[in-house]
Amino acid sequence: MLEYTDKIRALSSQLLKEEKVDMVIGFRKGRRPMSNEPYMAKHPDEVKNLVWDSNCGINLTTYLTDRKEKIAVVAKGCDSRNITTHIIENKIKRDQLVILGVPCTGMIDRRKINNIVDFEINDVVEQGDTIVVKGETTETSFVKERALQKNCLVCTHRNPVLYDELIAPKVPELTDVDRYEDVRRVETMSINDKWHHFEALLSNCIRCYACRNACPLCYCPTCFVDESRPQWVGKGDDPVDTKTFHFLRAYHCAGRCTDCGSCERACPMGINMREFTTKLEKDCQELFGWQAGLSLEERPPLDSFNSKDPDAFVK
Amino acid sequence: MKTIKIEKESWVQGLEKLQDRYRLFGPMADKDSYEFKELNSGDTPVLEHGKQGNTRLSVKSVIYPQSQTMFTYTLDESKDDHHIMKEVELNGKPRAVFGVRPCDAASFRLVQRNFDTPEYKDPFWINPYEETTFVGIACDEPSKTCFCTSVGCGPYNEEGLDLLLVNESKDGNDFFARILTKKGDDLATAAGWLTNANADVDAAADVDFESRKRDAEKKITAKVSIDQLKEKKTTDLFSADFWDQVGFSCLNCGTCTYSCPTCWCFDIQDEVKGCQGKRMRNWDSCMYTLFTLEGSGHNPRSNKVQRVRQRFMHKLKYYVDKYDAGVQCVGCGRCIQLCPVNIDIREVCETMNTYTPAGEEA
Repeated sequence: MLEYTDKIRALSSQLLKEEKVDMVIGFRKGRRPMSNEPYMAKHPDEVKNLVWDSNCGINLTTYLTDRKEKIAVVAKGCDSRNITTHIIENKIKRDQLVILGVPCTGMIDRRKINNIVDFEINDVVEQGDTIVVKGETTETSFVKERALQKNCLVCTHRNPVLYDELIAPKVPELTDVDRYEDVRRVETMSINDKWHHFEALLSNCIRCYACRNACPLCYCPTCFVDESRPQWVGKGDDPVDTKTFHFLRAYHCAGRCTDCGSCERACPMGINMREFTTKLEKDCQELFGWQAGLSLEERPPLDSFNSKDPDAFVK
Repeated sequence: MKTIKIEKESWVQGLEKLQDRYRLFGPMADKDSYEFKELNSGDTPVLEHGKQGNTRLSVKSVIYPQSQTMFTYTLDESKDDHHIMKEVELNGKPRAVFGVRPCDAASFRLVQRNFDTPEYKDPFWINPYEETTFVGIACDEPSKTCFCTSVGCGPYNEEGLDLLLVNESKDGNDFFARILTKKGDDLATAAGWLTNANADVDAAADVDFESRKRDAEKKITAKVSIDQLKEKKTTDLFSADFWDQVGFSCLNCGTCTYSCPTCWCFDIQDEVKGCQGKRMRNWDSCMYTLFTLEGSGHNPRSNKVQRVRQRFMHKLKYYVDKYDAGVQCVGCGRCIQLCPVNIDIREVCETMNTYTPAGEEA
C-alpha cells in the first residue's frame, strides 16, 4: 500500500503546487488501529499526512456535497460510483473535480478483527494479502479476505469507474460472487419471521444517525426524521419509529446505493443495515437491469420515466 | 470503611435476595457487546468484559434514559382534566446498579452540577440518582483508549460509588468489596454479604488495594494535559484556526454524545395518539443541526465546524470556567472507540491546551 500512498502524495502535491485544485480530500492515518480519518490537505506541505491502506472505508463523496472549491478527491470503486451519482444529482460539478482513482482490494472490517482476536489490538499492519494484528505481547496474522467488510467480499466494482488519474494498475474484478445471498434468506421468510428478524436487527439502534450521516446519498437539507411540520416520525425510542427511520432511509437510497458499506462501518452498534439497501439494489437490478453510479449519461430508474418499465406492482 | 470478601455463591444468592428490595441493573451481553440492562431474577451481571474493557454505552441511561415520559395528558374535552399535564409517577423502588466502572460513577457527579443546582432541581434526574446504590468494579485491565487518570479520575476511583468491588484475581470468581457509604452497607446487609461467617473479620488484610491500584494506574498509558485550559482566553480558542481541520472529518452523528456518560442535553417533545398525549424528553446532541435551530429559521450554528467546536468547547473550556472543577470528561474513551471517523478528544484537548494565537508566540 506504500506505493499507493506515495503516488497519492505526489499527485496531490503537484495539483496543489500548480494551483489546479484548492484542496485534496483523502485520508490521514488514524490514531486508533483500523480507522483512518478523512482529511483535507490545502497546502503542499500537508500532503505528507495523506495515506492509503485498507482502513479507508468511509466514502469520501460525503465530503463533496455542495462544495464550491476545486477539489482533488481520492476515490476507490464505490466512491467513484457515488461521485458519479453526486454529479448526476447536481451535488457537485464534474469540472470541479480531479478524481484520483484507487483500484481497491477491499476494506478491513475492524469489528470482524476485534471478534477474531482475543486481545486488545495495538496495531494492524498489512503485508501484501496478509493482515498482521499486534497486541501488547502477542501477534497473529491471517489472510486479508477473512478481515474484509461484508460489502467488499461481494464487490464487483473494485476499480474506479470515473477518474482523472489512476494511482495504480487496475485490479481484477470479482466475478464469481453471490451479492444477494443474505437478501434471499430474508425474502424466503414468512411475514412474521421477517418482522421479528428486523426487530432483532434494529433492537439496539440508538438513533444516532451515524449511518445516515456517513451515507453520501443522505444529503437532504432536512432529513424526514428531522421535519417537525408535519412530524413524520416520533423522536423517542419507540421501536416502530426506529424501524420507520431505517426502512424509509433505505427506500430513499433505492437505485442510488452503491453498497459502499459506510453505513455499517459508521454504526457504533454494529447493525447490519445493508440488508435493507441490498434488497433494493437487487430489486433495481432485477426490475430495471440497473446498477447505480456506472455512467454519467443515464439517470437512476426511480427519477426517470420509461414506458418499458415493468409495472407488475400496479394491480 | 470496611472491606468484605464475597464468594461467588454468596454473590449470586445475594443478587437474588436484593430483587425484593431493589430494581437491579448491570451489564449483560447484547449482540457482540455488553450494555447496562435491568436484571431479571436469575440474571447475573457480567462485570468483566475482557478486551472490551467497558460496556459499549455508558451507565447514564439507568438514571437518565434516552427517552423518558415526564407528563401525560388527555385532549378529550369531555374529561374534567383535559389539557392538564400530569406528572408521571416515578417507580419508587430503589435501584442498585452493578458493575459501574469508576469513570462512569464519577460522571454522575459531573452531570449533577447541571441537574441539581441551588436554583434548579430536576426531579426526573435527582430522584432516581438519589435512590440508587452504585456498586463499582475496579479496572485492572484498562483499555488503550482510557485516560481517566489525566482527568481527575482513576481505575480504582471511589467517587460516586457506594461499594467498590475488586476481583480476587484475574480468573477468580470471588470479590473483595470496599463498603464506602451507608447505602453500600445497607445493600451488602440486604444481600446477606455481611451476615456470612466472616462478616466480623475485616478482609482488608487479604487484598492489597493500594498496590493493585498503582498497577492499574500504570497500565493507563494515554496522557492528556488539561492544565492550561483555564488560562486560555475563550475568544482565542473560539476563533482558533484548528477547528476547520478538527471539524472537517466529523459526520455530525450523535455517536460521541450518546455514548458519553457526561453529555446531558435533551430535547422535549409532545407525542399524541388519539386523545392521549405524553410529554417526553429525549437525548439530544449538539452535533445535530436541529439542536440550535431557532423558531425564526435562524441557526446560530449552521455549519458542522461550529457544532464540533461547541462540543469540545463545552467539555473542555466552558465547563472548566463555569464550575472550576476540571473538564467535563471522565476519560472513559468511548467517543474515541466509537467515532466512525476517528476524531480523538485527547488530540483535540492537547491542541486546545497548547494553543497560542498566531502572533502571540513567545
